[in-house]
Amino acid sequence: MQKSLHIDPAKCTGCLQCESACSLEQEGMINPSKSRIKVFNFHDEGRFVPYTCTQCDEAWCMQACPVDAITLNPANGSKDVNEDICVGCKVCTIACPFGTINYNSSTGKVVKCNLCGGDPQCAEACPTDAITFIDADATGLDKMRAWASRTDNTGA
Amino acid sequence: MAWTKKLLRVDLSAGVCTEEALNMEWANDYLGQRGLATRYLVDEVDPKCDPLGPDNKLIMTTGPLTGTNASTAGRYSVVCKSPLTNAVACSNSGGFFGAELKMAGWDMIIFEGKAASPVYLHIVDGRAQLHPADDLWGKSVWEADKMLHAKVQDAQTRMALVGRSAEEGCLYAAVVNDLHRAAGRSGVGTVMASKNLKAVAVRGTQGIGNIHDPKRFMETVKAGKKVLAENPVTGQGLPTYGTQVLMNVINEVGALPTRNMSEVQFEGASKVSGEAMHEPRKTDGKPNLTTNGACYACTIACGRISTIDRTHFSVKDKPEYWINSGGLEYEAAWALGPDTGVDDIDALTYCNFLCNEDGMDPISFGSTVAAAMELYEKGVITDSHTGGMELRFGSAEALCWAAEKVAKGEGFGKDLGLGAERLCEKFGHPELSMTVKGQEFPAYDPRGIQGMGLAYATSNRGACHLRGYTVASEILGIPEKTDPLESEGKAGLVKAFQDATAAVDSAGLCVFTTFAWTLDDIAPQVDAACEGDWSPDRMLEVGERIWNMERDFNMKAGIDGSMDTLPKRLLSEGGNSGPAKDRVNELDKMLPEYYELRGWNSSGEITSETRQKFNLPA
Repeated sequence: MQKSLHIDPAKCTGCLQCESACSLEQEGMINPSKSRIKVFNFHDEGRFVPYTCTQCDEAWCMQACPVDAITLNPANGSKDVNEDICVGCKVCTIACPFGTINYNSSTGKVVKCNLCGGDPQCAEACPTDAITFIDADATGLDKMRAWASRTDNTGA
Repeated sequence: MAWTKKLLRVDLSAGVCTEEALNMEWANDYLGQRGLATRYLVDEVDPKCDPLGPDNKLIMTTGPLTGTNASTAGRYSVVCKSPLTNAVACSNSGGFFGAELKMAGWDMIIFEGKAASPVYLHIVDGRAQLHPADDLWGKSVWEADKMLHAKVQDAQTRMALVGRSAEEGCLYAAVVNDLHRAAGRSGVGTVMASKNLKAVAVRGTQGIGNIHDPKRFMETVKAGKKVLAENPVTGQGLPTYGTQVLMNVINEVGALPTRNMSEVQFEGASKVSGEAMHEPRKTDGKPNLTTNGACYACTIACGRISTIDRTHFSVKDKPEYWINSGGLEYEAAWALGPDTGVDDIDALTYCNFLCNEDGMDPISFGSTVAAAMELYEKGVITDSHTGGMELRFGSAEALCWAAEKVAKGEGFGKDLGLGAERLCEKFGHPELSMTVKGQEFPAYDPRGIQGMGLAYATSNRGACHLRGYTVASEILGIPEKTDPLESEGKAGLVKAFQDATAAVDSAGLCVFTTFAWTLDDIAPQVDAACEGDWSPDRMLEVGERIWNMERDFNMKAGIDGSMDTLPKRLLSEGGNSGPAKDRVNELDKMLPEYYELRGWNSSGEITSETRQKFNLPA
């Protein structure tokens, strides 16, 4: 079963535990500024929204890379950047429609979510289950269940 | 490690920023944040100095855990001598500013002197520069925050600012960060404004790379988070209702100070409670509460994100307030509500917004308005003072008017900005000031919760619930239940809470964790993050050392044992209803025992043995 990150913004409190965990796993230190998942605070609306790469099948970043530095990890479906090959041209950052692949000026390479090799630490750290790592073919199951519970009106 | 071992010294008079090594000997004795910054204050500031003069210093300080992923590890404090109390001030705030300062590579910033004209400090990692802020001066926190974000062209920069109330000399002005988190108490914002310092903007990208034993730290952090998640208070009560979970509870036990503490139960409590914030409004079907929000790294998330009913008189013509922002927490809701007799939750939320927008401490503001209302009801303050506004208990219009006036320092707002003690003195009725050492009470009546009377009387920053929260034991049974109406045994309880809290503050954690955590949960996290052995006993010893050092500063400032007292009302007028009916606070029974446990003499002076035991600075 392939799994994917599933985000439910309604459950997010904006604590940034996901950003801490991501940077710790990927960069070896707690440093939200280097996190590959970002939480956005829409202050006036009272909403917090975590956002990261959704691992497109036909990944624009992968298609655009002129040196084939971005490859599919068949084990978990993530599109991973091979730092040894990446030349830091940033074409992928232009190609990605969602902005979830970014340049890291301190290494001269691009960075994106790689699902931590199959055990994403953001989901692990999230205290409210706003970020979960679940069956990629059924990310809508909980939402379906919630709506399904409202369709039986026999008791009404 | 966990400290960056670097502090930034900002000489505002000379306009110079200098990097300095952190005194690690002191960090060893005082841990960080509250303790360590106060150690610097004691070393560098004359306790007798004018708090609003250039000789006072303002310290923004993080703890060794600030910025890590330990739950709630986003706290920072603002330390200085207080203009409200003339005592040591240390006001703690969450949000994201503290963690950002740490990520930029700084444990603390010491501001000294006074800038010739308004400035802001801009920190990007190791670089720190002062810039002119003439255009920001005269602007609210919210407006200045927006302008400064546009100026630095970086949405991820975190900011701490003062509002117009501070500029206008309101003595309980706060330092507000991240729009609605505040180092709220004791007028630390007033001190910041007195130095012509409008704002501090920080961007930190260096991360926290100096954890002593990272693997063990992550294990202890994980274990700590589990304890918080499984505890009914931190795992359910606080996320759902915020600290407002307390409004109905404290009213039930007859300890909800009402109408300037003349009564102990409020008939309108349920209307301004945490539960009421969940009730859909008649007008638009939406509840006051939109969602809960967390500070940096906090897995509790007690913060309230609220809206005001758009049809409410306070905002119906002001679309700029039709937004979500920081909502009512318990102390603010109490001061703005029960203490003024106002049961209109939209009026309270509006005033809360204004307190954030222009940086007033809502506890001191509400309590001062309550005192003014009592003076008005007695005919001492009249329409000629207020320009015709009827400042009666229960008037939502008067409350909102007062908030607008204090926010901008206009008219009678200048008087209200003095705080309750100076206001009551000015109008010839000092006995109506519900204050200790010049600072207004928070939301627990010490007639119904005896230990809190002693906690207020002996708090080093004047009346305060965050220096020794015996409510946890007396009402909530944490760590064990004691009888709130019984004064016996409370001296030891107060001391234990005061010492432990000083240690928790100094680590960079939030004191709300202690609804679930004891030092047995906290010390392992500090021990894994920091060099040296940090056992629960050592943390407690550090806490007690900090308490004595703060006391020593106050004594040198002329605040002696005679000021360890409560207003007469609480010592001689019995509660009027509920479980505390006819009870007064039995401070006289608790205080001598407390002094003895502290190792102070009968006048409350620190003995030479105690001074030696804790190696207090001369």
